[in-house]
Amino acid sequence: MKNDSFCFKDSCFKNWLLTLFFILVLTSVSFAITAKATEVLSSINTLSNTPHIRTLAASCAACHGTNGNAAAGNAVLAGMNANYFTTQMLAFKDGSRPATVMHHHAKGLNVDEINLLANYFSQQKRVANVAPTSQQLKANHDN
Amino acid sequence: MTTKNLKTNNLNRRDFIKAATIISGSSLLSACANFGLNKASQAPLGRVVIIGGGYAGTTAAKYIRMWSNGNIETVVIEKSSQFVSCPLSNLVLGGSKSINDLTFGYDLVKKNHGIKWVNDEVTAIDLSTKKITMKRGEITYDRLIIAPGIDFMYDKLPSLESTEAQQQVPHAWKAGWQTVNLRKQLEAMPDGGVFVMNVPKAPYRCPPGPYERACQVASYIKVSRPKSKVIVLDANAEIISKKGLFTKVFNEMYAGIIDYRPSNAVTDVEVASKTVITDFDKISADVLNIIPPQRAGKPAQMAGLNNIDKRWCEVDFLTYESKLAPNVHVIGDSVSAALPKSAHMATSQARVCASAIVELMQGKMPDSAPVFANTCYSYVNEKQAIHVANVYRYDEAKKIMVAADGGGVSSSPTDIEGDYAKAWAANIWSDVLT
Repeated sequence: MKNDSFCFKDSCFKNWLLTLFFILVLTSVSFAITAKATEVLSSINTLSNTPHIRTLAASCAACHGTNGNAAAGNAVLAGMNANYFTTQMLAFKDGSRPATVMHHHAKGLNVDEINLLANYFSQQKRVANVAPTSQQLKANHDN
Repeated sequence: MTTKNLKTNNLNRRDFIKAATIISGSSLLSACANFGLNKASQAPLGRVVIIGGGYAGTTAAKYIRMWSNGNIETVVIEKSSQFVSCPLSNLVLGGSKSINDLTFGYDLVKKNHGIKWVNDEVTAIDLSTKKITMKRGEITYDRLIIAPGIDFMYDKLPSLESTEAQQQVPHAWKAGWQTVNLRKQLEAMPDGGVFVMNVPKAPYRCPPGPYERACQVASYIKVSRPKSKVIVLDANAEIISKKGLFTKVFNEMYAGIIDYRPSNAVTDVEVASKTVITDFDKISADVLNIIPPQRAGKPAQMAGLNNIDKRWCEVDFLTYESKLAPNVHVIGDSVSAALPKSAHMATSQARVCASAIVELMQGKMPDSAPVFANTCYSYVNEKQAIHVANVYRYDEAKKIMVAADGGGVSSSPTDIEGDYAKAWAANIWSDVLT
């Protein structure tokens, strides 16, 4: 058996170790990436339900209804696909989608907030918007 | 188990349920008779009492119930039995809306969220014993939210203090019969008559509101009283909201109709002759609409919380808790803030406050960096509108809400924004009242 068929020379051994090392590093990096992705996803899920994001999302209600269930005329955000929400908001933000008012909101929000809102609204149940019924002003109303 | 036994068991169960219903029903009845609200709350997390059922107070009540999953008992005290929207009420003056389009009941929001509602007027607030006295009863609270809207400062314009004077010279700055009165006076104005109105010195409720009003009155005049005009006496040095847009509308759409005079504070009013006095002028009007200077609503004054210039209430912007009284929160127009006193803003503050209260009552920390949006539309005629919109973000160094970059106003009045303004109203009414 020749020595070079199964390399035990010093330099050769070093190469082998180096290769092993790279394999280990690559494996652990890929594990880390997967773990990181899972962590980010779960942190988005958790953060979406924090007081911070529920309050921000609720401030959209004036135009988009409670939990995004809008009355006719404006976009229903409840149950909207999260990617679609994010894409549209980023388009409002960079001006590629023209708007009358939404660009003024999209530009004020950062990308993290847009992602969290996208996730929050995608999780809201779609229900029909209910309009309160208007009525006659009573004679004894005090002003 | 035999069939007979099964029947007996079912009967027993039915009887038990019936008995339980009677018991809970009767305790509910007695709770209604004396409110049962002068005793400590039975709810797991306690009781929040909210004074005021406007945009701010009603929103706070609904979201506390929603976000606490019903674990906080929520009681609203409101002296009116109806909700009349200030947003869109200028359209009643223009003639494209009736006050009845803007008037609603509280039934749905009460029922849908299990909010206890007391139709009464607060007469005293005792912060040390956490007790509210009303004309017809008492209530104790664990936390109190005061959302009273505005009060007019008649000490600045004493001739307008009486109800009779306000019939002659309406403010129409709280929507209701005052709005109807002003519309009737406008309809009765002869062609060639002069409509005089003022803008109080900021801060006041609804910064663009007086300018929108001038447009609505002018839109009516343009069609129905073409020889008439509108004089706008502004106590401020310039138009303080949507300035470029309103300037253009005044000069183009209403050229020769709107006569805008900046730095013209009203110093006195002669009611009988409908004459208004400023530092420079004495102007007689056919119809006179004076919007007095404003301060935090009366319940906030009763609790002694209007510490800023004796007008507005200083709060912590993470919780809207008063800087003067623990466990007492102030939201809406009464708050001292560099934020517009708008309906949308009132609801945004209400939700931050509601969210913080739900956390605090569970022993948790509230959100340390609130962010919210504000959109405000103004109609320049019966169908075209303009907006101002901003995101506001908590500034940790300054400890206040600051407008984020990127906000702004419309490029011009459009029909489509008129439609969006209508959708805004439909959505905010649905959010607040159902």
